Amino acid sequence: MDVVKDVLEKSAKEADKYKSVEVNKLIDIDVGALLAIDSNPLDSKALRSSPNDYLLKLTRDNVQLMYNQIWELPTERIEEAIVVKLPKPKYSLPRAKPVPKPRSLTKWEQFAKAKGIVKKKRTKLTWDDQLKKWIPLYGFKRAAAQKEKDWVLEVPQNANPMEDQFAKKVEAKSERVAKNELQRLHNIAKAKHVKIPRFGLTNPDVSSAKELQAAVTVAKSSTASLGKFQEKLPKEKEARGVGAITPGATRKRKLPPVSGSDEKTQNLNIVETVLNKRPKIDMEKAVARHMNDEQLQRSEEKKGERPKRLRKSHGSSTGGGGRKKPKNSNRPRKVLYSLELRVYFYLFI
Amino acid sequence: MKRLSEERTKILFEKLAKYIGPNVKLLIERPDGIYCFREQKDRVYYISEKILKLAENVPPTQLICAGTCFGKFTKTNKFRLHITALNYLAPYAQSKIWLKPSAEQQFLYGNHVSKSGLGRISENTEKYQGVLVYNMADLPLGFGVAARSTADCKHADPLASVCFHQADIGEYIRSEEDLL
Repeated sequence: MDVVKDVLEKSAKEADKYKSVEVNKLIDIDVGALLAIDSNPLDSKALRSSPNDYLLKLTRDNVQLMYNQIWELPTERIEEAIVVKLPKPKYSLPRAKPVPKPRSLTKWEQFAKAKGIVKKKRTKLTWDDQLKKWIPLYGFKRAAAQKEKDWVLEVPQNANPMEDQFAKKVEAKSERVAKNELQRLHNIAKAKHVKIPRFGLTNPDVSSAKELQAAVTVAKSSTASLGKFQEKLPKEKEARGVGAITPGATRKRKLPPVSGSDEKTQNLNIVETVLNKRPKIDMEKAVARHMNDEQLQRSEEKKGERPKRLRKSHGSSTGGGGRKKPKNSNRPRKVLYSLELRVYFYLFI
Repeated sequence: MKRLSEERTKILFEKLAKYIGPNVKLLIERPDGIYCFREQKDRVYYISEKILKLAENVPPTQLICAGTCFGKFTKTNKFRLHITALNYLAPYAQSKIWLKPSAEQQFLYGNHVSKSGLGRISENTEKYQGVLVYNMADLPLGFGVAARSTADCKHADPLASVCFHQADIGEYIRSEEDLL
């Protein structure tokens, strides 16, 4: 029995070296997640006097409590190691990352949502009256069935009879596929906020004059020297509001500060160019001038004649009476011929 | 207040030249100091350099206007003259129209000038030329565009319009808020 006593004493001595396994405390323990949450208030006095010791002691007690619980679970011995199978964790940890945003809608989905269009479920197989058999909507045997159906194609009324309608159909199909692919890529780019490079006009047949002008302006500046040496047509106007898509165009044009006198000379130069514009041969102007000259001439002639005639009739157009009318009706023709001559004269000068 | 771009300066001078012809130069070359054109919110202001230098102390976002508003650039980059420019244009006018007292009110209410209201017209006025409109007492009333040349006016019937209305001093009351 001494041996037993010895052993017991020895073990009791050894146990005295270690701290007690028993801790009387209530804390939340989730064994599955190996998590202990101590919601008891801290002893502020002890924390302030010796924070390290206090925290160490507190942590040891709490860890001890958790280990006590772990030891209560059924244990196994696998290859000299004692193993515990942990239950499922109860505590749900918050996400480390934000919740993923929902996928942004494609352009069609957006449109369908706005219009309230709901996708209808269609069966994969449909009965074809022409072929007298079930045809799949897509996939295996679809193309073969379509080929069988289109063994002959009608030539539309105003179409060129020599045109290959089959080739046309194939091309239209490939065009549709390409368009769909492009739209798919556009949707991806839109969802990822990627800027797509511009490539001129997608459809020159239906683009407006404004779009065409914008395209011309952008294309002109798309040279190695940013369009500096591109020639201009006489009445060409630059598209406005295309600074963002024009290479080399700065967002805001700022004129360099100049002194008042410099600005004045610049302005005067512009005025000179405005005023020195070569006057066009304006038909109407020429007609007006010519008519004016003729009238003046006639009135002067009249003045010359006047002393012989009645003095009371004043120089308004109503003064003449019936006799003058035939003269009047002839005049425009005369004027025009002479005018033409005059215009030619101007041209030759 | 920013400087007008070269393109806009050209558009402005072309418009002014329609009314006052080569006298545009006199607006720039003045004996009483340097005057210049400045742009603020698409509106063009005619301002002496002295006042401009003072006005530059005000931040452009807070500045409503400085100088005399000559008109504004439309969204299509055309220039529209405002009635506020009248005082500067009237002394240099190339072609003028004088209104009979009976037609004065009609014009000041924004109507075109018909032949019956025409008192006098300066000689050699061309069709579609800019004209300054005066009353018989030589008070400038506004400006417009000649619908007919001087010679044509003589033959026009009394109800035909002779001058298309563009701006008149009645606008100071009628469209007070959007003049500036």
